[in-house]
Amino acid sequence: MDTFQETVFKLKKYWADRGCIIQEPYDTEVGAGTMAPETFLRVLGKKKYNVAYVQPSRRPADGRYGDNPNRLYKHMQMQVILKPTPADVLDLYMGSLEAIGIDLSKHDLKLEEDNWESPTLGAWGIGWQVMLDGMEITQFTYFQQVGGLDLDHVPAEITYGLERIVSFLQGKESVYDIEWAPGFTYRDVRYFDELQQSVYNFEMADVARLWRLLDEYEAEAQRLVDAYRAEGLADADKRRFPLLSAYDNVLKCSNLFNLLDARGAISVTERVGVIGRVRKLAVGVAQAFQDQEQYREVA
Amino acid sequence: MLPFLLEIGTEEIPDWMIPSALEFLRSKFPGENVRVDGTGRRLVLRADVAARSADREEVVTGPPASVTGKALDGFCAKQGVTAAELSVIETAKGKYWSFTRKIAGRDAAETLREEIPALITSIPWPKTMYWPSMGGPRFIRPVRWIVALLGADVVPFECCGVTSGNTTMGHRRLGARGPLAVTVSDYEQVLRENFVIVSAAERRAKIEAEVAAVAGARGLQAKADAKLLEVLTYITEYPTAILGSFDASYLTLPSEVLVMVMRHHQKYFSVETAEGELAPHFIAIMNIPADPEGHVVNGNERVLRARFNDARFFYDVDQKKTLAAREEDLSHVTFQAKVGNYLEKTARVAALAGQLGGPDAEAAAHLCKADLTTEMVKEFTDLQGIVGGLYARAQGVPRPVAQAVYEHYKPLSMEDSIPSTSVGQALSVADKVDTLRSCFAVGMIPSGSKDPFALRRASQGVVKILADGVLTVTLDELCAGDEKLTAFFRERVDYYFREVRGFAYDEVNAVMAAGYGNLPDALARLDAVKAVRPTADFEPLAAAFKRIKNILKQAGDVAAGAPDAALYTEQEAALAAATEATDVATGTYSERLARVALLRPAVDAFFDKVLVNDPDPKVRENRLRLLTNLINKFSSIADFSEIVTN
Repeated sequence: MDTFQETVFKLKKYWADRGCIIQEPYDTEVGAGTMAPETFLRVLGKKKYNVAYVQPSRRPADGRYGDNPNRLYKHMQMQVILKPTPADVLDLYMGSLEAIGIDLSKHDLKLEEDNWESPTLGAWGIGWQVMLDGMEITQFTYFQQVGGLDLDHVPAEITYGLERIVSFLQGKESVYDIEWAPGFTYRDVRYFDELQQSVYNFEMADVARLWRLLDEYEAEAQRLVDAYRAEGLADADKRRFPLLSAYDNVLKCSNLFNLLDARGAISVTERVGVIGRVRKLAVGVAQAFQDQEQYREVA
Repeated sequence: MLPFLLEIGTEEIPDWMIPSALEFLRSKFPGENVRVDGTGRRLVLRADVAARSADREEVVTGPPASVTGKALDGFCAKQGVTAAELSVIETAKGKYWSFTRKIAGRDAAETLREEIPALITSIPWPKTMYWPSMGGPRFIRPVRWIVALLGADVVPFECCGVTSGNTTMGHRRLGARGPLAVTVSDYEQVLRENFVIVSAAERRAKIEAEVAAVAGARGLQAKADAKLLEVLTYITEYPTAILGSFDASYLTLPSEVLVMVMRHHQKYFSVETAEGELAPHFIAIMNIPADPEGHVVNGNERVLRARFNDARFFYDVDQKKTLAAREEDLSHVTFQAKVGNYLEKTARVAALAGQLGGPDAEAAAHLCKADLTTEMVKEFTDLQGIVGGLYARAQGVPRPVAQAVYEHYKPLSMEDSIPSTSVGQALSVADKVDTLRSCFAVGMIPSGSKDPFALRRASQGVVKILADGVLTVTLDELCAGDEKLTAFFRERVDYYFREVRGFAYDEVNAVMAAGYGNLPDALARLDAVKAVRPTADFEPLAAAFKRIKNILKQAGDVAAGAPDAALYTEQEAALAAATEATDVATGTYSERLARVALLRPAVDAFFDKVLVNDPDPKVRENRLRLLTNLINKFSSIADFSEIVTN
């Protein structure tokens, strides 16, 4: 039986052997692997790109103080982006399951319709949830639009729910019983992260300060997007223009929104408005980033 | 004739889209004996096609025979013939130059090569995607191979980024992994050997038989579920049923919740004892032929356990606060941004429900939306109302009130039943009418396909409850003078009578013209019209009423008042007497209509002998009054002039 980390190693090796760059997790809080720039920004434009990475994904409202066997504040996604999608992508995906020890002639695998849409990212795609013996283990999406833009190349996004897959492989009822490394369980590694972050998210986060931070990060992101769009910016300046920094600020906004939401500080009516603010920034950065491609290509 | 086989190999198409796509292929394909079938990974069409279409001749008509010289040369050049090949023919319009063109038949292979790609790309889908890059093909999911065989030969073409051939693919993970060569005759057999059952009917029958068998082996029976059966038929290529179990302690949770988890989240059939009690088992359908080591059963049981644990957690948490105590929390739940929150809605619904159904209905209204604040409904939104009803019962709310809450979203469709009690009907109508009034008041009126608040369904539900239920309130009272709402309901009533109850459109028009505020009454009149219609006198009488209506319409305003009997001719006197004598106020509507039908001889005699438009204006006026009286008296059941007669 493989440990959690061994399964991750095998998945990384599998995709590396098939031409993927193995990236490391992004270092700003994200709600999903999709939001990391390696997906959100790399899928834009004409450059082909294959990448895989594990992305810890924070969902403050899903935290359960480390008490619930299946719900986590922070879970690990293995994210694979193949741009453009090869014709045998589903075979490749199934091969990856076999590579981590799932004999698909003895298990029931189904692809059930599940289209993906993120209003916050101005993005949508078509795809499936992959069900293994009745459990959803992967989201598979063919992106069609990101940041409100039709994509030049349609990437396949394969998002593995690592805790689910490993608890399946190890036959554990609770994610906390997963063996992470020899002699160390998931609980040993992550329990206090879940407990303390839940306390912060639900009880101690300073709502007024979070709102101020949201305003500040929003203003910073918007300032940069506006500056990129401003007339008279020379080509050379466009090439070095810090859109990636602008995007970091967007990610901060998104995480603050999630925190405020978990804290119960956003009413239903406000919700739509805040999502709209974050979308405006995300779409603004995406469109600028797509425009910037022509300048980035210049040596 | 040659056998033709087309298989469009795709990535998994959503199950619910497959039958209509297959039907489209079947209806558009020009061959004979066309059969379609498929799974999520393949749309299959088989047919018999003439190997070659017959040669035929076509007569081409040119300019009039009087045309000669350059103009005629022009015609010949355009058609590619010489003047010597032309002859003069006689037509209805005169003499014309013409010639006969021979059109050679075409090989089916050639025709199919041209037409199949267009056929494939014209399949209508709810939402398509493009791949692998912008400008690439569009389809519901990527097409990965196409088999196109006419007899022994491949019909070669390019479509959706692939080249047609003679190789298919088997089950994703069983049998041979590479391409499989097939012929028209061994196609199904080759796939079967590679764990694909092409026939949906066969897969459906296999699922049904195995579900019955695995349940029967335990002395149990599976809950029939036609919709789930269809889903499972099309998300599998080699379906096999397995029985799994869960701990009986979960049976303390409401069975509605357990069934919802099994059916919606896990696509399992639930299982019942002979007494109709939910049993601690489920039946899952795998896409592989067997589970010898029990991996699949174990996996599914594990997932279900986690789901049931969640449900139990939600249930326990929810019981910490009663529904009654949750009512005020509804001020935080938005009903609709422009309309307000659910607490405000609750107050309005309670007032209306009280009027319609008394104190129990009012009490139920105060509780009915409170389940929106429960964890259970947040997780299983389809169970709203049902969860409220279950919790109300568990919390000791009187049974009629709890039952009304439980059923207040009914009917969910025209096939669904209405709430079973008068209290429930009052609550359901009050809730729906409030939604309609509130949305109409802020201009949220459905148009075309746009109906985000499902107002059509809400109003259709109100119509069904009023028509089939026991409430005495009329539509007019519920619409409270709102013209747009009245017009909106008119469409729903019309739809209900025609599409749901199956009445002819002209009967519906006739009855609705005489009023439909009281729907059970309108239904009774419709039944009567339908019953009396086939009798000999009815349609001729309806034709006469139409004639009278036209006469009155042309005459314009007729001064009201009783006609003057002194001016009557014999036939007028007879018609007036018959009108007077006919009782349309007592007895069943059928009896009343039967009496109306007896007017026919008097009406016929009147039109035979009497000219309404008499030169004497006084006589004319008098006759118009006579007819007006007649129309008015007999239009309370239906406006017979709306009946379409031959």
